[in-house]
This record gives sequence, structure tokens and C-alpha cells, in this order.
Amino acid sequence: MCVMENSQDDYPANKIIRLWDLPLGKSATVNSIQAEGITRRRMLDLGMVPGTIVEAIRVSPAGDPKAYRVRGAVIAFRKEEAHKILINFKGE
Amino acid sequence: MSRGSLSTGLNELLKEANQLNPGGSLRLNDSMVSTIYSRAEEIAGRVVTREGKPNIDWDKKLDDILTSRFFGFPSMLLLLAVIFWITVAGANVPSKILATGLFWGQERLTELLYWLHAPAWVNGFFVEGIYRCLAWVVSVMLPPMAIFFPCFTLLEDMGYLPRIAFNLDNLFKKAGTHGKQSLTMSMGFGCNAAGVIACRIIESPRERLIAMLTNNFVPCNGRFPTLIALAGLLVMGVATSFGATIIVVGIVLFGIVTTLAVSWVLSKTLLKGVPSSFTLELPPYRKPQIGRIITRSIFDRTLFVLRRAVCVAAPAGAVIWLLANINIGGVSILAHAANWLDPFGQMLGMDGYIIMAFLLGLPANEIVMPILIMSYMATGSMIELDSLEALHRLFVGEHGWTWLTAVCMMLFSLLHYPCGTTLWTIFKESCSFKWTALAALIPLGVAITVCFVVAQTVRLLGWA
Repeated sequence: MCVMENSQDDYPANKIIRLWDLPLGKSATVNSIQAEGITRRRMLDLGMVPGTIVEAIRVSPAGDPKAYRVRGAVIAFRKEEAHKILINFKGE
Repeated sequence: MSRGSLSTGLNELLKEANQLNPGGSLRLNDSMVSTIYSRAEEIAGRVVTREGKPNIDWDKKLDDILTSRFFGFPSMLLLLAVIFWITVAGANVPSKILATGLFWGQERLTELLYWLHAPAWVNGFFVEGIYRCLAWVVSVMLPPMAIFFPCFTLLEDMGYLPRIAFNLDNLFKKAGTHGKQSLTMSMGFGCNAAGVIACRIIESPRERLIAMLTNNFVPCNGRFPTLIALAGLLVMGVATSFGATIIVVGIVLFGIVTTLAVSWVLSKTLLKGVPSSFTLELPPYRKPQIGRIITRSIFDRTLFVLRRAVCVAAPAGAVIWLLANINIGGVSILAHAANWLDPFGQMLGMDGYIIMAFLLGLPANEIVMPILIMSYMATGSMIELDSLEALHRLFVGEHGWTWLTAVCMMLFSLLHYPCGTTLWTIFKESCSFKWTALAALIPLGVAITVCFVVAQTVRLLGWA
């Protein structure tokens, strides 16, 4: 898969970061999910499969969780979960 | 097919599966889900037509305020305060009208029994016992419920509740519990038994138990009338329903802080563990459906809770009347018990009658206040009670209440054990005597400690 190649070279136009680090208002595509068990299952059920477009839209006033737009729905992930989702992010 | 060939067939299948998915890696599952989603996407793209985006994105605008860094928490508090204020201010007049009407009915019943030459105990047992207790429960509870439940259902229907979970989740995470606990707490405002049942939405058994054990710290609808009446007493002559609202909001906030603190202690001791994963959908806001809100809040909630209260209040009224009218050594059983409990009550800033009312009110918190009024009246000189002013005369004038008594009773009401129905629900949900017992003992311990500390501190400082 092209994913594997991307993780090797590190040019700034398209880098792999954690979903948690996606700036508000920016979009990216899901690269892979590192969670396991029920959490992984739940993320897949929400449609977080490789290639899915996600947009960071807001952060809780308490700083955690953050809300993301996924396939037309708004889903909130805690920091722990958003750390386990890797995304392909184009540009700053 | 024989057993042998079945297992050979299965083995071959497993071998083939292993070839396609070496080592049983996650890749197969993932590619299945991916395929399902891409197929669904393809079908949806063919058949679903989307309307163009509206000019103003109201969802975004609303969320920008309700979950913003600066207005997120204040707007939550404000909404809570507005709902309580509407309830407090709106319930006064209908409560008075209901009380006047129902006590007019009591006089007519007494006249009827007199005309029938019924013995005095019949009037006492049925009219002064059962009917009067029912009349109080209905006039004290019905108006606040009929206002509070629709307001709350309105917020629920509009889709605001998940925003509360979104705002507060970090606090729950720090307490070692699940963000969905704020949703079960919201249900608890209506009824703790409903809140305990709502805990089923929390998957992790550890977090579910914590949510069940602490749901009691959210004042349910059965306790709101008590809190509202006591808050009204506290500010009487000084401030209006606005002041009472502030006090009730303060009590609710104290309940939330207690919930977090007790949850934290539980997740560090009895129910050790790390918070499980949390994903929460923030659904779009919806235009409230007024018809559905009214049927759901009035029929499913208000009348349901009222019926339960009435079922409990009728026998309770009879028991109180008997306790107050059967004398041993010239003093009623009620007075004996209250006197015996008095030192304990005084230690907690209250008196024996209040403790007695909480004990007898175990079946339903709604009847604590009516029981207290009945016990006081049975030993006092007042027979009519139809306003807050009359309540003030009875409590402060005849039974020596201070502001500390009212505050301690509010705190005790907020923190003490859940009602019988909630305990029964906890037993059914947890299938464990141990957790049911703890669900009563933990809050009781907290209530006694808090009231003791408050009462002793205030007295030591000479404030009351």
C-alpha cells in the first residue's frame, strides 16, 4: 500500500501525524488506526477507515475532548483515542 | 455428514483463512470494514441527493457559543439557573391554588363524616392522615414537576445534552470515569431510578457501577420541591425567587462536585481502573417538537412520578397519623422517636423530627417534607398550612429553626441515601447486595460527615 511508502519519506507536503495534533478547521485523511480491541472496533464502526476525510472542528472548553467531522457526523474523541489515529495531513 | 468429515472441512477452511490472513492479523477485519464502507459510499453517491448548504450554519453558530472556551461553562450554568428560576417562580401560584382547593376538600370531607356520625378516628385516619398527606404531595410536587420536566425535555429534544457531556468530559476523565456519566446524571435530575437505568449506556462495568453509586448526588425531582421550599424559607423577606434560584443552583453544583469527588475516590479504591475509551456523537440541533415534548414530559414523566409518589404517600400518611396519635405514657410514639433521635439530629444541625422524616421518607423522597410538616403539626398548634409564610411560622416560630437548620436539611436531602425505588433498581441492575448496600451507605456517610462538619463549624464560629 502507498501508506507504507509515505511513512518512510518525510517531505512536508504530506506527513503523517496524530489526529489529536490536527489544527482546528483543517482536514486530513485517515492513514491507520493503532487502537486495538473494542476501541478499534468502535472507530471502524464510526467509519474511520483508511482514506476517510476527517476535519477538526472544535475543542471542549475543558481542553479535551475534541470534535471531528467524519462522514457528515460530528464525533468527539478523547486525547487518548485521538492519539491512536494516524492521519495524512497536507501542509500546515 | 459425519463428525469426522465436518472437522476436516473446518480444518480446511481454517487453513484457507490463515493463508489469506496470515497470523490472524487485523488487516482482514480492516479491509472488510473498508470494503463495506466504500460500497456504502458508492451506493449513497448514486441514490442520495444532498441539498446545497444553507447560508447560515446554525449548528456551528450555536456550538460556537455553547461549547466555546469562554461561554461554554457560563452558558451551562445560565441554562440551569433559568430552568430553576422558571420552576421556582412559576410553581408558587399554582401550588397555592392547589393547596387551597385540596384543603377546602378536606374540610368538606370532615363535614361529610361528621354528618354521617362517623367515629373520630375515621376522620383522623382517612382525612387527616391519608388525604392530607396526599394533598401536600400533590400541591407541593405537581406544579414544579409540570414546569421542570417540559423545560428539561425541551433541552433534551433539541440535542443539547450531548454538549454537556462534551464540555464536562475532561472532569470525568480526571475522576477516572466515563464522560457519559454526565448524561446519566442529567437523567438523574428527573428521577434517580431512571438515571441508574440510563447507566446501561456505559459499557465498562467498573465505570457503570461508579455512575450508579453516585447518581444519588444529583437531586431528583422528588427532592427539588424540598430544596426549593427550604431555599424560599432562607431568603424569605430578604430576596425573591431570584435569590432562591441562586441557592438551588449552588446546591446542585455542590452535588456535582460531590459526584466527581466520590467517583474519584471510588476509582482509586474500591473500583480501581483506568478510564475506558470515549467516543461521543454531537448530533445536529433539531427544532423541538412541542407536541412530543408535552406528551413525553407530562405523561411519561410527570404523571409517572406523581403516581408513584401518591402510592407511597397514602400509606405513609396513615402511618404518620397512627404514630402521632397512639400514645405511650401520655406521649405519642412519634414524639418518643423524635426525642430519641434528637441528639443525633442536633449534632448534624437538624432535629429529631427531621431525621425521623428522612427515615420514614425512604420509600420516596417526595414525602419527606409532608411527613415533617405533619409531624410538626401533630405536636404543634397549627392546623392550616397553605403558604410559605405559614411554613415559616411553623418551622421558625414553633420549632426553633435557624438558617443553619435549613442549610443542613438541604445538604442532607441532597446527599443522603437514594429512595427505595432507586435502591431496588440498583439491586436489579447490579444483581449484588454488596453494591446496593454501598449505594445507600456511601451517600449516608457523606451526608452525615458534611452536615456534621458544617453544623459544628458554624456553631463554633458562633454564626448561628
